[in-house]
Amino acid sequence: MNYTTGELMVVAAAREIQDKEVVFVGMRLPMLAFAVAKRTHAPNAVGFYECGIVRDFPSEELLYTMGDTPNIEGAKWCTSTNHLMFLMQRGDVDCGFIGGAEIDKYGNVNTSYIGDHKKPAVKLPGSGGAADIASLSKRLLVIMNHEKRRLTDRVDYITSPGAGTGGDWRQEKGLPRGGIGALITTLGVMRPGDNNELELSSIHPGVSKAEVNESTGWDLKEANDLKETLPPQPEELNVIRSIDPDGFWTG
Amino acid sequence: MEEKVQSLDEAIKDHVKNGDSVVMGACLEPMIPFAAAHELVRQQKEKLNVIAPISDILFDMLIGAGAVQKVTAAWAGNVSAGLGHNYRRSVEKGVPFPIEIEDHSNFSIGLALLAGAMGVPFLPTRSLLGTNLLDSNPHLQTQEYEGEKLVFVPAITPDVAILGVQRADKEGNAHLWGNLGIAQDAAMASKKIILLAEEIVESHEIDSDPNRILVPGFKVSSVVSCPGFAHPSPVQGYYRRDHEFFHSYHKETKTREGYLSWLDQYVLGMNSHKEYLQKVGRERLENLQIKEEKLAAPVNYSAE
Repeated sequence: MNYTTGELMVVAAAREIQDKEVVFVGMRLPMLAFAVAKRTHAPNAVGFYECGIVRDFPSEELLYTMGDTPNIEGAKWCTSTNHLMFLMQRGDVDCGFIGGAEIDKYGNVNTSYIGDHKKPAVKLPGSGGAADIASLSKRLLVIMNHEKRRLTDRVDYITSPGAGTGGDWRQEKGLPRGGIGALITTLGVMRPGDNNELELSSIHPGVSKAEVNESTGWDLKEANDLKETLPPQPEELNVIRSIDPDGFWTG
Repeated sequence: MEEKVQSLDEAIKDHVKNGDSVVMGACLEPMIPFAAAHELVRQQKEKLNVIAPISDILFDMLIGAGAVQKVTAAWAGNVSAGLGHNYRRSVEKGVPFPIEIEDHSNFSIGLALLAGAMGVPFLPTRSLLGTNLLDSNPHLQTQEYEGEKLVFVPAITPDVAILGVQRADKEGNAHLWGNLGIAQDAAMASKKIILLAEEIVESHEIDSDPNRILVPGFKVSSVVSCPGFAHPSPVQGYYRRDHEFFHSYHKETKTREGYLSWLDQYVLGMNSHKEYLQKVGRERLENLQIKEEKLAAPVNYSAE
């Protein structure tokens, strides 16, 4: 079955979500990945959306923002953003899910400034809820394009903390829990290995190791059990195409 | 209670001064008071400190128009289309002039306004430890409490909150439903509140459901009847988001000249919000209208 790289990423991301988990869902591809997980293997997962929405079933329609009217219809709770953040701070969110502009080998994500924050070369939009999701959820999933300038040895600015400089950095900083669970890119899936450094854990079909290495800004290690990513299954693609028929997010 | 109904231009003229700190877009992506932003530009307000978690393209518009001195936000750009061109031009190239940024996350700005609403100087959080937000925003401080590290978020008490609601009475009692974002905390934290309402209704309609009231009317300075105030953002039960408008804005504002032409067409060339809606077009607005009803079950407030 033919599929786009966007669809493969969404499916790989959806498989990271376990049944019954509480998921803090970020914008764009994470919204689709949550929908796929819900309708396939994780029917009892619960979604938190940062404008204050709790859903136990994904919207039938394509969402361009989480505050779109179809996301509120049928919601299980419409409340304040602070209420959902309070629950996450208490430890009630199993898994947070964000996109990013830049990530480094310890899983730190930058969505704020490229270059010096006092005089940046590029001003990115900023954290939104991404800093909180990375700080307070039990496990962080990140989904982004795999390019050398995006997967960099060290990010210019940590918007969303991963493992900082490696090892027990999070505990030293006082972060209560969490850290990166998986980085899903256009080329593969990476997970933390020794010293919490990201390692290539699965490579997408048709992608060579050389291509992955050339597109990564550090010397990427391979996991001992490196696998090929399982291609999207028909039922997974059906879910994506029922929500995003024109490929707005996945084309 | 006192009646507070004003026209949009009167409300902005009377209650927003140059240099004020103003919350707009407190519900994040929906209910954004774009009509008020256009009026701020028409009245050539300047040196504003604009405050919100995520305001979609509202902040980008105001920055390009030269109304903003400082952005206090978690995110600024164009939610479904990408980066905000005016925001980038200002920060990267100083066009039309450089603005100051106070970096926040959605939670830290929510806590800052909650602290303001509570009347306390700060609130602590476990979020943001180890992030560079602590460097680019020196107001956020790491402190220890009984051996644990916490970030202290100082209170924000804005001069004005401009908030959208579905319906209000003439005294400022208003119903807001759908996602609330940080609207309630922003309202409570602010010195003045301007409400833009899709409808002005009789007080008994608001009184019939007191749990749905945003803030008590005595906190509200001004009530504006302004149907369509949030276009192109959505209002639950009234109209949907105009996605195409956001995508066109992204394309048209890529250059400074493109933005200025957009601003002329939609804001400066218009005398009122009604004219803006005419420019957007009746057919387009009708297509965005919510046509079906999905009413909540009535609740019984009876005491006897």
